[in-house]
Amino acid sequence: MTEPNVRFDQVQPVGEAAVAEPKLKVRDVHFYYNGFHALKGISMDIPERQVTAIIGPSGCGKSTLLRIFNRIYAIYPKLEARGSIELDGENILDPRYSMNRLRGKVGMVFQKPVPFPMTIFENVAYGIRHHEKLSRKAMEERVEQALRSAALWDEVRDKLKQNALGLSGGQQQRLCIARAIALKPEVLLLDEPTSALDPIATGRIEQLIEELKTQYTIVIVTHNMQQAARVSDQTAFMYLGELIEFDNTEKIFTKPGKKQTEDYITGRFG
Amino acid sequence: MSSLPSVAAPPPDQDVRSRLDARNDRWFAWLLKGCALLVLAALLGAAFATLWGGRHAFSTFGWHFLVSPAWDPGTDTYGALVPVYGTVVTSLVAVVLAVPVSFGIALFLTEVAPGWLRTPIASAIELLAGIPSIIYGMWGLFLFAPFFAEHIKPWLTAYLGNNPDGDHPSWVYDHLPFIGKLFSTDYPFGASVLTAGIVLAIMIIPFISSVMREVFMTVPTRLKESAYALGSSTWEVVWDIVLPYTRSAVIGGIFLGLGRALGETMAVTFVLGNTLNLSASLLDPGASIASTIANQFSEAVGLQKSALMALAFLLFVVTFIVLLIARLMLRRLAIKEGR
Repeated sequence: MTEPNVRFDQVQPVGEAAVAEPKLKVRDVHFYYNGFHALKGISMDIPERQVTAIIGPSGCGKSTLLRIFNRIYAIYPKLEARGSIELDGENILDPRYSMNRLRGKVGMVFQKPVPFPMTIFENVAYGIRHHEKLSRKAMEERVEQALRSAALWDEVRDKLKQNALGLSGGQQQRLCIARAIALKPEVLLLDEPTSALDPIATGRIEQLIEELKTQYTIVIVTHNMQQAARVSDQTAFMYLGELIEFDNTEKIFTKPGKKQTEDYITGRFG
Repeated sequence: MSSLPSVAAPPPDQDVRSRLDARNDRWFAWLLKGCALLVLAALLGAAFATLWGGRHAFSTFGWHFLVSPAWDPGTDTYGALVPVYGTVVTSLVAVVLAVPVSFGIALFLTEVAPGWLRTPIASAIELLAGIPSIIYGMWGLFLFAPFFAEHIKPWLTAYLGNNPDGDHPSWVYDHLPFIGKLFSTDYPFGASVLTAGIVLAIMIIPFISSVMREVFMTVPTRLKESAYALGSSTWEVVWDIVLPYTRSAVIGGIFLGLGRALGETMAVTFVLGNTLNLSASLLDPGASIASTIANQFSEAVGLQKSALMALAFLLFVVTFIVLLIARLMLRRLAIKEGR
């Protein structure tokens, strides 16, 4: 990969986590809603095919940051992001970067499982249809493949024609993951994906994240520090709209470099 | 619970209290049941009263009453076909015109409009729903019908119909006779089935659009966001997610509007022309059940009065069939959804 012409190259990413091949280069990102300055100059390199966790107390801007990576914020008026985020050398915050293309490359799974009001099969096929025209057979294969990757195939193979709302919460969330990876994205954004699930379903999702990182670059926002410690390779700690520390997960949780990080991790605030 | 130590018997005054509560609850349940039964009684009473009032017409004409287009007080022969046809067609025209507009209004208000614009427009629509139908009728008679006769009707007949002012019928009339027939007429005035349909559409738009708006607002944000996150456009989110999610309520709203259109009397009486002739054309005047009753009931006696009562009963039947169709549609959709 050639070094792209970065406008913000004078801004150095925080911490040591920067690795040779970042998938996403975040440079000096600011975010405003209704005039409120929610993110204050975030810069970080998110490595390819690893799990990057973003932690921090409520309202610190971690979900906001995640929602910039696929520009989902843009469906609401009066929200504005400044700075640059490069995905494979192209700035995705550039208005000319097509929304459809971006969302094909960057998939997202939300806090609560949100199956569409359709059959299980259609839930997975729906997204694919926005990006590719496939024959019936190819579509069936693609759906099966996605459901297998999301470790859901064996449970739903006989009820693909049933409504997805009949699945359990954990199954619904894995269906949402299948729906996201069916588009063959490069980056997968997980916004507190297990906050609405029981411990067993959570365990299955975490196991799945472990498997998925061999193929996808994963960014996960989580409230649960144990989860961040278990699943991630890199951890970013945010506080009041700023990126305080970004480093290897092991280092963050054993020898954090900043006092605020240590206070948060040891439960002194947050 | 069984493992817990048993609770001591409640003191006597508490015992009295709980017996009183139980009795009051029973009374309350009966009262509520009575309220609900009142509706059923009113419905059955009205249906039976109209059927009883129309028994003379039904026994005189038999099944012929349903299929005969003749309505002639002079010879005392009556058939319900023209008013029933007029009722159904004006209402269908109204729904066909009103649904897309209402859909657009509701979508604009829930998905597109900036926040400060939403409440004023929503209130304006609710005000529109409160305008008495006689006002719509007068507007239709004095303003819309002349405008329709002058500007819209000539255009429709010239390009889609028999083109009575020109040398030869339109291309559509020659090649698509079914559509051509709908827009052909020699009647020069503004009152017509289509005029009534348009006025009815304006009347039912507030109903349909406020129902749609309210149910569109119930769609969870995260459901819409998930669809956007897969690369859908606003239109795709609306069509694939919002509509299916709210489908039964949307269909309910449409049938609420249709029900209102079927029974609407004054506005239709003013602009429909009240001509008891059977015509396939939307531009010819016609008659609906409600308008025929409103026009003739005060002077009707004997068999004619009975025939009007029988018409009222048929309006019940038509409305019932419409609701039945709505139910069947919802059931078929539910099966398709995999529920």
